[in-house]
Amino acid sequence: MYPARLLLDAPGCALITRGMIAELGHFALILAFVTACLQMIVPLVGAQKRWPGWMAFAEPAANLQFMLTLVAFAALTYAFVTSDFSLQLVVLNSHSAKPMLYKVTGVWGNHEGSMLLWVLIVTLFGAMAQWFGGNLPPTMRARILAVQGSIGAAFFAFILFTSNPFIRMQVPPFDGQDLNPLLQDPGLAFHPPFLYLGYVGLSMSFSFAVAALIEGRVDAAWGRWVRPWTLAAWMFLTVGIGLGSWWAYYELGWGGFWFWDPVENASFMPWLIAAALLHSAIVVEKRESLKSWTVLLAIIAFGFSLVGAFITRSGIITSVHAFATDPERGVFLLLILGVFVGGALTLYAARAGVMEAKGVFGLVSRESALVFNNILLGVSAFVVFIGTIWPLVSEMFFDRKLSVGAPFFNQAFTPFMVVLGLILPIGAMLPWKRARLGRTVRGLWPAAVLALAVGALIWAIQTERSALGPLGLMLGTWLVAGAVTDLMSRTGRGGNRLGRLARLPRADWGKAVAHGGLGVTMAGIAGLLAWEVEDIRVVQTGESFDVAGFTLTLQAVERVPGPNYVSTMGIVELSKNGERISNLTPEKRVYPVAGQPTTEAAIDNGFLRDVYVVIGDPQEGGGWAMRTYYKPLANWIWGGAILMALGGALSLSDRRYRVAAGARKAPMQGVPAE
Amino acid sequence: MMKRVLMILLFLASPVWAVQPDEVLEDPALEARAREISKDLRCLVCRNESIDDSNADLARDLRLLVRERLVAGDSNEEVKTFLVDRYGEYVLLNPRMGGSNWILWGAGPAMLILGGVGGIAYLRRRSRAAAPGEAALSEDESKRLDEIMNR
Repeated sequence: MYPARLLLDAPGCALITRGMIAELGHFALILAFVTACLQMIVPLVGAQKRWPGWMAFAEPAANLQFMLTLVAFAALTYAFVTSDFSLQLVVLNSHSAKPMLYKVTGVWGNHEGSMLLWVLIVTLFGAMAQWFGGNLPPTMRARILAVQGSIGAAFFAFILFTSNPFIRMQVPPFDGQDLNPLLQDPGLAFHPPFLYLGYVGLSMSFSFAVAALIEGRVDAAWGRWVRPWTLAAWMFLTVGIGLGSWWAYYELGWGGFWFWDPVENASFMPWLIAAALLHSAIVVEKRESLKSWTVLLAIIAFGFSLVGAFITRSGIITSVHAFATDPERGVFLLLILGVFVGGALTLYAARAGVMEAKGVFGLVSRESALVFNNILLGVSAFVVFIGTIWPLVSEMFFDRKLSVGAPFFNQAFTPFMVVLGLILPIGAMLPWKRARLGRTVRGLWPAAVLALAVGALIWAIQTERSALGPLGLMLGTWLVAGAVTDLMSRTGRGGNRLGRLARLPRADWGKAVAHGGLGVTMAGIAGLLAWEVEDIRVVQTGESFDVAGFTLTLQAVERVPGPNYVSTMGIVELSKNGERISNLTPEKRVYPVAGQPTTEAAIDNGFLRDVYVVIGDPQEGGGWAMRTYYKPLANWIWGGAILMALGGALSLSDRRYRVAAGARKAPMQGVPAE
Repeated sequence: MMKRVLMILLFLASPVWAVQPDEVLEDPALEARAREISKDLRCLVCRNESIDDSNADLARDLRLLVRERLVAGDSNEEVKTFLVDRYGEYVLLNPRMGGSNWILWGAGPAMLILGGVGGIAYLRRRSRAAAPGEAALSEDESKRLDEIMNR
């Protein structure tokens, strides 16, 4: 029954050799594809005909699919770890001298391996839906798993037919060509897995939406089921994007943190839509309104994940990240995108009328605030989308070859976020159903005054005339103070407010922490962009120079051998007012096998500022080219992202989801005799 | 982000970063303007990078050209027009408004208006639905309510 068994019993295969592990993985992958195909059909038919046996098929199938994919992934990892150069992928992306960490992370540092990681996560979510989905009605669960199976089947087919990681070499070479040195960084260990957990997590929201459309049932319970999955996906996306941004910041050598590159946008669009979705799902859960809109958002969110996969892997839109520029893969992915999004939207058009809104609310209410949240997030995602595909559209339909880059997005996208930040604290505190604006705003007076004071103070003390810094910090203060006001308002009046604060539901804490985190990130971005100081110069060894009040001394430049590279390391002393702060060691590494150099910036991290030093080439007249940056509030950008993710995690651990998850088991325990 | 890192280096022979010390202009004001303009210009042989960020030789040539024009007394717009005349509007990272680009620039505001109108229409519908629902206490219900209240 299991592949290993089959292989062992086959004649001549009494022993599993090292080389066979890859075949085993390949075989497991094919079996997983078959399982996914069955999981796509059997439970769906079962749910339609109300055949319990057929519906129940989904559960072992989901588990088996996950196990088989795990075997395939483990086999590929084994091939990388043992440097099995009979596999083409290992030859192209590994080297025997590469440190072990990068042998493992190299598994997903390439197109084929990262697709395998992608389906591994698809099947993991399928299996998790089965583990935690005990409280779902059987037909709903069967349908969700069937849809999840169909997503798995599509991507297994994609891997097996266009991007097979288990392809062998005719003649295995003596050694590999090494992984791109820039990817030989701990960033690769965490950034892609988190990003994929986010992308693929949205497939669960999609499966829930499609299952609900087939079922014709969207109610408060559905909102409660779908929200944790969306929340988890959004949280993972937040971490993934944050890590990627931080990685770029320290690795690229000039400290950029966001480039509005198509592939970054590909991860940002699902993040924005997921943020909209997890807010509108609250309205479904609490007020049974916005149902059809929420279902539509769930479809669009995963649609953007697929668009992201298409952009990254088709090479149709030029991006610095593009994985592979293979038209065949592009067409296949476009087909997957068309079938899933097109199919779901057709189903939506046919069924959306069934979902009747129940909740009734006034023009000024939490519900309408959340509607505006959704409009702003949706439109901002749309702006990013248009900007990303515009070069393609313009060339195809208007015969104008043009570029859309960072300056466009900064201008066209930022206003929406500013407006969102301005109304967020008010919207977050409006009561449900019917609210009075005046009352809510009165509660927020102290926060508004504080924000204005901070803005005015910074305006007064800064030397430049840029409004960006004061406005950004004002907005950040407004969001953080608004979040604190929101929390305090929930503790009521009278004594022991702190005790009540600690006992507030975790969802309340999660909301405040995530909203505050957004404010911290906004303040960080504004501060960094407004007050960054850059210094480019030629420095002789032993020479000192000043940047933004700091004194840097290039004490020496040394050659240091690394495991698979040679480093030119500058030793720079950082001091302020004659007091030594730290020694910085910016490096320039050359990887002989891959034949590529990298720069390793040295950063002195601080709460309010980073000092960022990069060493360049030796100059003809002696000395070294050096770049130094003073980067105020840089760490706030990622600190805010961590807070947002933490807020998501707090919300996710709220009691009402844990109770809901255990709902099926509760009646089994019986009621104790009184 | 990880592949950005990758591609950048495919285009260089030596591991240097963008603006070199020998490129920097003496006049800080002019240099600041040069940097500002550079951020809006695409390095034509790179993938989506500005000449300010790029290490490619061509980007360096363009940076020097920008500085040359500035020293010659061009305004920021004149420098950009100079480059667009030679390399086409592909060189601009910030597409100019006009012609079909109105779609690009107008898409966001148009969607906002559309979404806003749609959203408000929806909200009005929901809030109007409220009125009958609330007034819909029948006579029996009001009587019963009175009984409860006066109990």
